[in-house]
Amino acid sequence: MTFFKAENLAIHFGGVKAVDGVNFEINEGEVFTIIGPNGAGKTTIFNLISRIYNATEGRLIFQDEDFTQTSPHLIAGMGIARTFQNIELFEHATVLHNLLIGRHCHREGNLFTDMLYLPSTKRRELAHRRRVEEVIDFLDLAAYRDQMIANLPYGVRKVVELGRALCTEPKLLLLDEPSSGLNVEETEDMAFWIQDIQKILGITVLMVEHDMTLVNSVSDRVLALNYGRTLAEGLPAEVQSNEEVIRAYLGG
Amino acid sequence: MRFVFKTQYEQDTRIWKHSGYLWTYGILIAALILFPAVNNVIDIEFFVGEATLWLVYSIAGVGLMVSIGFTGQLSLGHAAFLGIGAYTNAYLLTLGMPSYVSIPAAIVLAAIAGVAIGLPTLRMHGIYLAIATFSFLIIVEHIMAKWETVTGGFNGLAVEAPTWYVPFMPELRYEMYNVWEIYYLALAMLILTIWAVLNLLRSPTGRAFVAIRDSEVSAQSMGINLAWYKTLAFAVSAGITGLAGAVMSYQLTYLAPDAFNIFESIKLLLIVVVGGVGSIHGGVMGAAFIVALPQFLAILRDFMISITSDTVFVSVGRFMETPGLEAGVFGAILVIVIIFEPLGLYGRWVKIRTYFELFPMYKKATFKRQKSYLKTERLR
Repeated sequence: MTFFKAENLAIHFGGVKAVDGVNFEINEGEVFTIIGPNGAGKTTIFNLISRIYNATEGRLIFQDEDFTQTSPHLIAGMGIARTFQNIELFEHATVLHNLLIGRHCHREGNLFTDMLYLPSTKRRELAHRRRVEEVIDFLDLAAYRDQMIANLPYGVRKVVELGRALCTEPKLLLLDEPSSGLNVEETEDMAFWIQDIQKILGITVLMVEHDMTLVNSVSDRVLALNYGRTLAEGLPAEVQSNEEVIRAYLGG
Repeated sequence: MRFVFKTQYEQDTRIWKHSGYLWTYGILIAALILFPAVNNVIDIEFFVGEATLWLVYSIAGVGLMVSIGFTGQLSLGHAAFLGIGAYTNAYLLTLGMPSYVSIPAAIVLAAIAGVAIGLPTLRMHGIYLAIATFSFLIIVEHIMAKWETVTGGFNGLAVEAPTWYVPFMPELRYEMYNVWEIYYLALAMLILTIWAVLNLLRSPTGRAFVAIRDSEVSAQSMGINLAWYKTLAFAVSAGITGLAGAVMSYQLTYLAPDAFNIFESIKLLLIVVVGGVGSIHGGVMGAAFIVALPQFLAILRDFMISITSDTVFVSVGRFMETPGLEAGVFGAILVIVIIFEPLGLYGRWVKIRTYFELFPMYKKATFKRQKSYLKTERLR
C-alpha cells in the first residue's frame, strides 16, 4: 500500500516554476523532512498537499487514494492535518476553543441540532472535549486552557497550533517550520514532541525545517529542494554531505 | 472576584458559567416581565412601545451580530431582511393566516433571501461585501415599492394584530390588540433568539463561524467548508433579522417601503458597532442606545428651545431644530465610538466591571493588547 506519494508534482505561477516535477514517497510511521533554501518551494508543496493551491501537473496519493482534485476542506477528514509557518490560530478565542475547532472534521449533527443544543449535541460535545483534553495532557497545555490566544507568547502559540492539528486525529501531520521563532529550549521540547508524536501516537510526520539540529535528531529521511527541483533524498547525514545541497545553501 | 472551580467538562458547555449568571439574568428577565405592570403610573403605551422597539432592534442586532461579529462578514443590506420579514408577516396575515404560520414564514423567507445574497458574494470581503449587500438592499427596496399587489406599494400595508387560532375552530381565536401583548411577544422572541445563538456558539457550527472570522485559511485546513458555513451564517443572520422584521411589523402597525432603506441598515450597523462587535450583549446594548438616542435628542431639543429666550442659546435652539439632525448625530457617534472604544458599550461595561472586581489592583494597561505583526495575508 502507498501511504503517501507525490508524483511529478508541479505548480507554475505564470512563468515561475515554484515546484517543478518533484517526486517523493513517505512510508507510514516515519518522519520525513523537506529542507532547502528560501524560495525552494517547500511551503508551496505543503499548500499543494492541503489543496490551497491546484497542482499544474502531477498527482498526490494518500493511502492509495488520489486526492489531487479533492476540495480543501475534505483534506482534514482524510487524515492530513497541518500547521502554518506564521501561526494561523483563531486569535480572539481561547486555547480550548481553538483545539475544539480542530475537532471540526469529526462533527456530526447539523444547524438545527446545534441551534437547539439537543442532548445528542451535548453528548458529542463532551466526547470532543475528552479528546481535546488528551491532547492538552500530551502537550502540557493545561495552564493555558482558558487563555485567549492574543495574550499568549509566541512559543506557546506554536504548541497550541501543533495541538490543534493533533485534535483532528491525523494519520499524516504536516509541520511547517515547527521550530521557527523558538529558542533553543523550546526547540528541544519540540523535538521531543515530534518524536512522541511519531512513537506514541503513531502519526507520520512530514515537516519543513531549517534547524539542522532538529532535522538530524528527529528525521528518518530528508528531501532537499532548490528552485522547485529535487537536489537529494536520503538519510539526514547523506543529504547534508551532498555537494549540490551544500552549494545551494552556501552559494557558489 | 469569583474563581470558578471546574470539576466537570460539562461546566464549560453550560450557558451560565456560574450561579451568579442565573441570578443576574433571572432578575433582568423578571424586571422585563414586570415592567408593563409597574409602569401604570405614567404614559404606559409610550414606554411599553419604546421598550418593544428596543426588544425588536435587539433581535435584529443579535442577527446582524451573527454575520458581522461572529463570522466577520460586513453587511449593509440587513434592512432588506428586516423588510422581507415585515412584509411576509403582514401579507400572510392579510390572507388570514395565524401568527404561528406567518412569523416562521417570515424567518424562512428572509433566510432564503440570505442564501440568495450569501452565495454570489462568497469570495467578497469588507467593503466589497458591503457594497454588494447594499445593492441587494436597493433591489429589495424597489421590489417592495413596485410589487403593489402584495406590498401595497407606497400606499403602504396595514398590519393586523398578532392572531392565534386553532384551525377549524373559530371560537378558539386570540388577537393581541394591546401594546403590552406585543411587548411580551417581542420579549419571548428575543429570549428565544439569544438562546438559539448561544447554543450555536457553544457547538461546532458557531465555532466554525468564529474560525472563519479569525483565519479563513486555517479554518479550511481544519475541515471547515468555507462556502457552506459563510452561506449558513448569512442565512442564520438573515433569518433572525427577518424575525425582528416580523415582530417589528406588529409594532409599526403600518408598513411603507421607505422604512427599510439604507438609513435603517446603518442603524443596524450602528447597533452592532456601538454595542460592541462580537458579543450578544453588544447587540442588546446597542439597540437600547439606538432607541433611546432619538428620544434623548427630542427631550434635549425641547429643553433647548424652552430656554432660547435667553439670547445666548438662540442659535443652539435653531440648530437643534434642524431636520435630519438625528442622522448626523448617529454618524458622529459611530466615528467617536470606533476611535475611542472599538469594543463598544459592552467593552466599556466589561472594563467597569473588571475595575470593581479587581479594585484596588486594576491597572490601565489591563486591556491593552500588544500589536501582533505575525499574521500572514498571503493566502487570503
